Amino acid sequence: MDLTFTDAELAFRDELRAWFADHPATDPPGRDEDALYAWRRDYQRQMAADGWAAVHWPVEYGGRGATLTQSAIFFEELSRAGAPLPANVLGLLLAGPTIMVWGTPEQKERHLHPILTAEEIWCQGFSEPEAGSDLASLKTRAVRSNGHYIVTGQKIWTTLAHYADWIFCLVRTDAKTDKRQDGISFLLIDMKTPGITVRPIYLMDGGHEVNEVFFDEVKVPAENLVHEEGKGWTVAKYLLGHERMGTGRIGVSKRELVRLKEVAAAARKDGKSLLDDPRFRDRLSRVEVELMALEITNLRFLDQLRRGNKPPGAEVSLLKIKGTEIQQSLTELMMQAAGPFAQAFRPVETDPGFDRFTAALAPRYCNLRKATIYAGSNEIQRNIISKLTLGL
Amino acid sequence: MNFELSDEQTLLAETIKRFVATHYNFDTRAKIMASPGGFSTDVWAAIAEMGLLGLPFAEVHGGFGGSTVDVMMVMEAIGEGLLVEPYLATVGLGGRFIARAGSKAQQERILPALIEGKHTLAFAHTEPGARYDLRQVGLKARRQGEGWVLDGDKAMVLHGGSADTLVVSARTAGGDTDAAGITLFLVSRTAPSVTVKESRTIDNLRTADIRFSGVRVGPDALLGREGEGYPLIEEVVDYATALVCAEAVGAIRYANEATLEYLKTRRQFGVPIGSFQALQHRMVEMMISYEQARSMAYLACVKIDSAEAAERRHVISAAKIKIADACRHVSQESVQLHGGMGMTEELKVSHTFRRLTMLAQTFGDAEHHLERFAATDTVSHG
Repeated sequence: MDLTFTDAELAFRDELRAWFADHPATDPPGRDEDALYAWRRDYQRQMAADGWAAVHWPVEYGGRGATLTQSAIFFEELSRAGAPLPANVLGLLLAGPTIMVWGTPEQKERHLHPILTAEEIWCQGFSEPEAGSDLASLKTRAVRSNGHYIVTGQKIWTTLAHYADWIFCLVRTDAKTDKRQDGISFLLIDMKTPGITVRPIYLMDGGHEVNEVFFDEVKVPAENLVHEEGKGWTVAKYLLGHERMGTGRIGVSKRELVRLKEVAAAARKDGKSLLDDPRFRDRLSRVEVELMALEITNLRFLDQLRRGNKPPGAEVSLLKIKGTEIQQSLTELMMQAAGPFAQAFRPVETDPGFDRFTAALAPRYCNLRKATIYAGSNEIQRNIISKLTLGL
Repeated sequence: MNFELSDEQTLLAETIKRFVATHYNFDTRAKIMASPGGFSTDVWAAIAEMGLLGLPFAEVHGGFGGSTVDVMMVMEAIGEGLLVEPYLATVGLGGRFIARAGSKAQQERILPALIEGKHTLAFAHTEPGARYDLRQVGLKARRQGEGWVLDGDKAMVLHGGSADTLVVSARTAGGDTDAAGITLFLVSRTAPSVTVKESRTIDNLRTADIRFSGVRVGPDALLGREGEGYPLIEEVVDYATALVCAEAVGAIRYANEATLEYLKTRRQFGVPIGSFQALQHRMVEMMISYEQARSMAYLACVKIDSAEAAERRHVISAAKIKIADACRHVSQESVQLHGGMGMTEELKVSHTFRRLTMLAQTFGDAEHHLERFAATDTVSHG
């Protein structure tokens, strides 16, 4: 047993660190969401140019064929450098790897490069108003006709749909199968196709990141089918494993923890630093210890996957549950550290001296409630572990 | 990064597992607990025979020079099987003291005998009122001629009633809570003026309150340097804490396996109770506690062998926080999910509950280590 990185892993880390040092991200441009997204997109372009946008992708597609441990190092270093998460996150983590495994040569040729360079942004069309945790009950239907699928229905909670060029969708191609899963297919749909309407959903933090997407007799070329008709569930299961893999956000939480300590150290309570207040500190320490443990748990699982040469299974559900709980705890403690100052949200009139950092804490706390809901709610993850790992 | 166990470690784990399965079943254990000494000399001899007592010690004394991860494997098995033999007291505490600070003569006298299973040890340190503060030593040692005279009381000495030799901390200078001025001595338990009052613990181990009333020891009893015992005590207790973390992981694993089995077999309302989601999710949380605790036990055992003192303190306290919380969580849930049966003496789960309850507090509870974790937060983990 050896908990230190191997020489190859250290070399990878050092090369990455050097790249981040040479290409520091500029400061994020305020709170304008369009400008922020353009900033992330631009940074991904820079990363892609030097082969850093998707380290886990094979070299032939512009990645570095990184191991799972190296991928973990990548996200850790990304957070450490204060660089933004790549703009096309759903394309890089979900659409790309899925197309690589299940796509036709033409689909690979057509889609992978623009995903890598953020030329084409992707979103994910899984959830529907009546199909949330119970994904297999989805109703959006696709009828095959003259070399096309005619898609009609609605998707919801679609992250980034308002910036996306493409959407990968689960659609029902057969409503009469015995098992609901068997009638589902996986389609790649160009967001510019006539009949698609995107409507924003504003969340309680005031932000716009998710949408409703409506399909009204949208004509999708049949060659955009991934894998076989009726086999979309197999593709989706593969993809969902990858989705949960990224939800632990250990690197992000480590950076948040450092910030939290800075904020708490500066905050005064009874003339002393809040960080030295035992009631506050104990809560913080318990979160810190959970995060230390999760970091090791994550690396242990990655090591198991590597040695077993298996796709991620129920283990990633554990990472999702713990990782999101930690993320939420950190936002809660941030609010506590800011105390009464966490109330200010936005200046009513333009005020250059406005404390944007503190004002972002409450919205972030609100926003992060999503973490235990998305990518399969934590209750669904417990069901998965219960069934697959525990055999209950 | 590699979490793989070596072939030797895997073999070791299998050997102990097999031994516990064949020679340490529930009824055997009950008889051992009720025996006068509180543990089995036959089992102890077998443990020695398997080489487990010599695992961490140098080859020159008959040991194997193994790593803390090797010892971790033994401790997990001890936790799983709820062994009551004095492995922690002898190997984890007493033996570690002698290996780290003993003179050549002390090592040659004790370690080979320890490794052969013919000499047990205990650490007589905690005093009434000291709680978990390792600095608090009021037992006095004053010089007399070439040697020393010891006066004072020790409490809750794990396996102190059966140990051949006691490692005793004494105050040779300074006030009762000073770090400086603590000196360690090796004292025979059967020396004149040593009085031992033994108790059974709630988890069926043995502990002792020991009075030293003018106990005379020679100059060869001094362990390490006069007045400089504290850093050594802290280091050895950190080591023993890492081992306790591993023992807890083994006990938690058993509690989880037993509870899962019960959920699958116990039927109510015509179905296995494991079909109820309310219980499934609680079982999942127990499994998560286990995985997280296991990660911290690994980290603790690896860092014992590789970290500088400052990082070691920080990581050991982090591990003990997680372990203490996991001990409480899993022990309580395992009884709850077993229902009334979980309360009974006849089920191993209630014994595991008791052991986990004690392990949560051994060498400091979560609150003690939360304080220490915060106080040692100067180490970068980047």
